[in-house]
Amino acid sequence: MNAPQTPHTLHFMPSAGFRARAKDVVDNPFLRQSFRGAMDFLMSKRAAQFPDAEELESLRTLGESIRQYNLARLPDLLERLEARLTANGIQVHWAETPDEANEIILGICRRHEAKLMVKGKSMVSEEIELNHAAEAAGIGALESDMGEYIVQLADEKPSHIIMPAIHKTKEQIAKLFAENVPGVDYTDNVDALIQIGRRVLREKFQEADIGLSGVNFAVAETGTLCLVENEGNGRMCTTAPPVHIAITGIEKIVEKLEHVPPLLSLLTRSATGQNISTYFNMISSPRKPGEKDGPSEVHLVLLDNGRSQAYADEQLRKTLQCIRCGACMNHCPVYTRIGGHAYGTTYPGPIGKIISPHMLGLEATKGLVTASSLCGACGEVCPVKIPIPELLIRLREEAFSAPPRANPAMRGQGAGYSGLISAVWRGWAAVYRSPSLYRVATWMGSRLRGLVPSRQGAWTSVRVPLKPAPKRLRDMLKERG
Amino acid sequence: MSARDRILAKLRANSPSTVGNPPDVAAWYATHRIAENGADKAKRFRHFIELAHAEVYAVSRGGWLQKLYEVLSAKQIGKLLIAPGTAHGARVAAELPGLDIACPAYDTAIESWKPALFNDIPAAFTRARAAIAETGTLILWPDADEPRLMSLVPPLHIVLLDAASIHNTFYEAMQAEGWKDGLPTNALLISGPSKTADIQQTLAYGAHGPKELVVLLIGDEQ
Repeated sequence: MNAPQTPHTLHFMPSAGFRARAKDVVDNPFLRQSFRGAMDFLMSKRAAQFPDAEELESLRTLGESIRQYNLARLPDLLERLEARLTANGIQVHWAETPDEANEIILGICRRHEAKLMVKGKSMVSEEIELNHAAEAAGIGALESDMGEYIVQLADEKPSHIIMPAIHKTKEQIAKLFAENVPGVDYTDNVDALIQIGRRVLREKFQEADIGLSGVNFAVAETGTLCLVENEGNGRMCTTAPPVHIAITGIEKIVEKLEHVPPLLSLLTRSATGQNISTYFNMISSPRKPGEKDGPSEVHLVLLDNGRSQAYADEQLRKTLQCIRCGACMNHCPVYTRIGGHAYGTTYPGPIGKIISPHMLGLEATKGLVTASSLCGACGEVCPVKIPIPELLIRLREEAFSAPPRANPAMRGQGAGYSGLISAVWRGWAAVYRSPSLYRVATWMGSRLRGLVPSRQGAWTSVRVPLKPAPKRLRDMLKERG
Repeated sequence: MSARDRILAKLRANSPSTVGNPPDVAAWYATHRIAENGADKAKRFRHFIELAHAEVYAVSRGGWLQKLYEVLSAKQIGKLLIAPGTAHGARVAAELPGLDIACPAYDTAIESWKPALFNDIPAAFTRARAAIAETGTLILWPDADEPRLMSLVPPLHIVLLDAASIHNTFYEAMQAEGWKDGLPTNALLISGPSKTADIQQTLAYGAHGPKELVVLLIGDEQ
């Protein structure tokens, strides 16, 4: 039996419609099962990698201190990285916005009269919607990570930052391949499906004019771009085409090469429960004279897109410690139930809720920061100790308190502010602060309980109405003497 | 003002006043990772890379060529891409063609023979510069003599590794070899054949890179 396809074709737009999309997934037993199963699998794999609680804790502390140390020196390190990469022959570009980043990348493509760009997995390229921009410019952009290839064929977006096609069953993928890949018959054998993808994409690796990749760590002291992957498509994209363009957020820098091993270990163990990924690819220059392969041009695009806003505030800066392992979503009870598409943002789950407001503004993301039970699982598993629950509370304040708020300004501060709701809470606080007001209010409540409406909006859609008790606790105690 | 200057100005305007102490990576490794002796390191390396689906054969310094031939015969492979400018590649090129194994050489730039590399080369033979016991990882520094695509494109990758070059950890490897003072165009850590679990978390080997990885381990005491 085939599971129904995901109901929406998704283009990343503000999170309006978040509730409706979340409800669609909650009502879909196939998707619920896909996500539940996948998250249980990833959680148990991670747990098996960290049998020693003391080791985990001390390694997380080290990871946190490495990220914080490097963020504290970020502007200097960016300059040092640029100088070092340039000396190595890698061209560095800076982009404040997604449009600027796309323009830089497409400009390089045009200069090379590129027809086809093969892409290794890069969430930053999703963030800037590079595929759409390339398509509009008449340049083919083909995803080559198996999961990304599958979601691109389905005209969808990744539902998980590490496992993009986690929402799809093998039967759906089999159907997708049979319908979209020429000369392929239906098979739901996973090995056969992977070999189909391999065959198709190997042709493209040979043809492509441009290879695009993300970056996991950029090392300032050596001018090195580090990439983590299992499939080999990242190495293909960075080695086979004549030009390699890497794109990364400005936060992914470490000063020293020795900062890499602890972060790499935390990353792969937290993400997929592997002690290391199959490949760790460290690129420090274009092809040198005499070398027989590798791109003759290597570019790095450094993207801000709201990161400097998070950077401006000591608490919010911790958002930028993230190494994109996805452990927070794997352990999130909300993500597990609604999946990655419901969020409507490039980065779903807990990390998505705290980074997206800086990229898209709070107007578009105010609903996301409330989509948390604040259970704290995300903060507990975060390999670099980002206090995600604290940041969610902070962002709720930023989104729902009356504007204007104190420095620093966040885009869309107070976007969720409502005078009525605010007045209700102020009244509530006044009543609870004053014993006499409280006595009057509860007396009134117990006498006027008949006037409480039986329909109370979202509350009564799944619960019985709230009604004050006929007798106050105070009255009952008095009766007992 | 350029995007660069605007970004740096925004960051500088709000940089923290104190930077804090540099993280002590060395201290963490000193207290959390044991330094093993040669035999134990080789054993651990082998354990982890085999878990990741690689085949490992213990060989002697003089006898690896024989094992290489046996591996190719067992897999019914009659063609092996070699790096003619390396000692190990030259040795293979001198011996194996006499045993009916063709040994094409990677001696011209990829542009002149990309389709042939992708379609007509079933196997390649390279050396590993070093390895990591903790994760079962090979370290390769491809260069002009032994290019990058050798360890990526052919479906079978056979690697020659000297057990004496195995380090305990990645950190130890980069410290001992002084990596921060100079990295090559491309440094690689390889920990098994290419794989993916992108379809329903089902592990499948041979995603985009080699489907099989064979390690000839010189000096493995077994």
